[in-house]
Amino acid sequence: MRDVHVSSITDAVKKLCMEANWNLEPDMLRAFDRALTTERSPAGKQVLQILKDNAKLAATKRIPYCQDTGFVVCFVELGQDVHVTGGALYDAINEGVRQGYKEGYLRASIVRSPFDRVNTGDNTPAVIHVDVVPGAALKLMIMAKGGGCENRSKYKMLTPAEGIAGVKDWIIECVKTAGPDACPPLILGVGIGGTFEQAALLSKKALFRELGTPNPDPVVDALERELLDKANRLGIGPQGYGGDTTSFGIHILTYPCHITSLPVAVTIECHAHRHKEVTL
Amino acid sequence: MIRDGGDGIKDITTPLSDADVQALQAGDRVRITGTLYTARDAAHGRLFPLIEKREPLPIDVKGQIIYYTGPSPARPGDVVGSIGPTTGGRMDKFTPALLELGLKGTIGKGARSQPVKDALRRFKGVYFGAIGGAGAVLSQFVKKVEVVAYEDLGTEAIRRLEVDGFPAIVVNDCHGGDLYQDGMKAYARES
Repeated sequence: MRDVHVSSITDAVKKLCMEANWNLEPDMLRAFDRALTTERSPAGKQVLQILKDNAKLAATKRIPYCQDTGFVVCFVELGQDVHVTGGALYDAINEGVRQGYKEGYLRASIVRSPFDRVNTGDNTPAVIHVDVVPGAALKLMIMAKGGGCENRSKYKMLTPAEGIAGVKDWIIECVKTAGPDACPPLILGVGIGGTFEQAALLSKKALFRELGTPNPDPVVDALERELLDKANRLGIGPQGYGGDTTSFGIHILTYPCHITSLPVAVTIECHAHRHKEVTL
Repeated sequence: MIRDGGDGIKDITTPLSDADVQALQAGDRVRITGTLYTARDAAHGRLFPLIEKREPLPIDVKGQIIYYTGPSPARPGDVVGSIGPTTGGRMDKFTPALLELGLKGTIGKGARSQPVKDALRRFKGVYFGAIGGAGAVLSQFVKKVEVVAYEDLGTEAIRRLEVDGFPAIVVNDCHGGDLYQDGMKAYARES
């Protein structure tokens, strides 16, 4: 058994929240550079250049890249030989969010109830998913998930008869309906298979893969490439002003499914793709 | 007032007249100087019942521009935090009534509904796009911020911004032009 005190979890989450919002990850910066070499649209090129400048300015001034500093989605991989001490794991994570958003001058964007819509004032609570895994490490992966793009995420229960062709059509349909609203260039996290909630969870988790790296499954990798090419032929472009860079990447995770089912969940992510992780 | 900036960009000074709005075309790049009012979901939710009951609004929208945004908190010494646009479509329900009251412009990102486009035509209004997610860059054009209504809404309060050269692009003009549709058509390729 290895003891991990809650204070180290709180500190880590606090830091991840601030860093994610101020400093876009290198995979995103590389995506801007790659797109600048291929984008044909002058307006699209200009948007990409401004977003690159925006990332630089945010990092220098330690202000958020985007004013929507997101809903904190926290995936925890908890080694089964870890003993969390000094308090509750979920409380420790939420305390980290509270401190990070306050001290980092990040926006409070969460309301306490979907109905009365009173702001909680500190961006808590986070959405927390815990996986128990072998070992004695505790991995924290956080995403500051923007609301505008999240609103364009979609789910569909396809039939086995619709098959892979149906899956492809549905994913491209999701890019079309997201359009300019979701702040393209987009990243798509796709979960295929499992049950209703499993596919949705996979669609979020898929977004943590480093942009520009291949899917470890060659068949799924080919599918991702085909879909990305199709998405970038739609013409939506950066910010929807027209262009070739509608999506930076489409990441797919799959899971076995029931003989009756073919669930497909698509989480739409904007270019403010703020994700960071640390292992304690 | 609008004048040609000489660099392919139109310089707009608020407030806007009908003639100003008519001179703008989808795809025009603009720099806005003067006053913008911020309002998003919650503030619109409070303004709308007042309009329905024909009661006075906390701001006079005649000739003005509403910027759909909820800024992040300012660091000490800064005017404002990050301040990029939010999705305009969520305000579609409220926009025609505000345009009827004389609002001339809105700034956001993302597509508007047909009723909003019709109202832009009918009441002479314009919808500008600012670059979504460029909140740090856009904060540099904001010179002054003052909360003018609904302070309890926090980031969603109505703020008066003084801006200098705030960059935007005309997405929907009052002639039926639509940058998103034109742009997509120009760059779509067969797959």
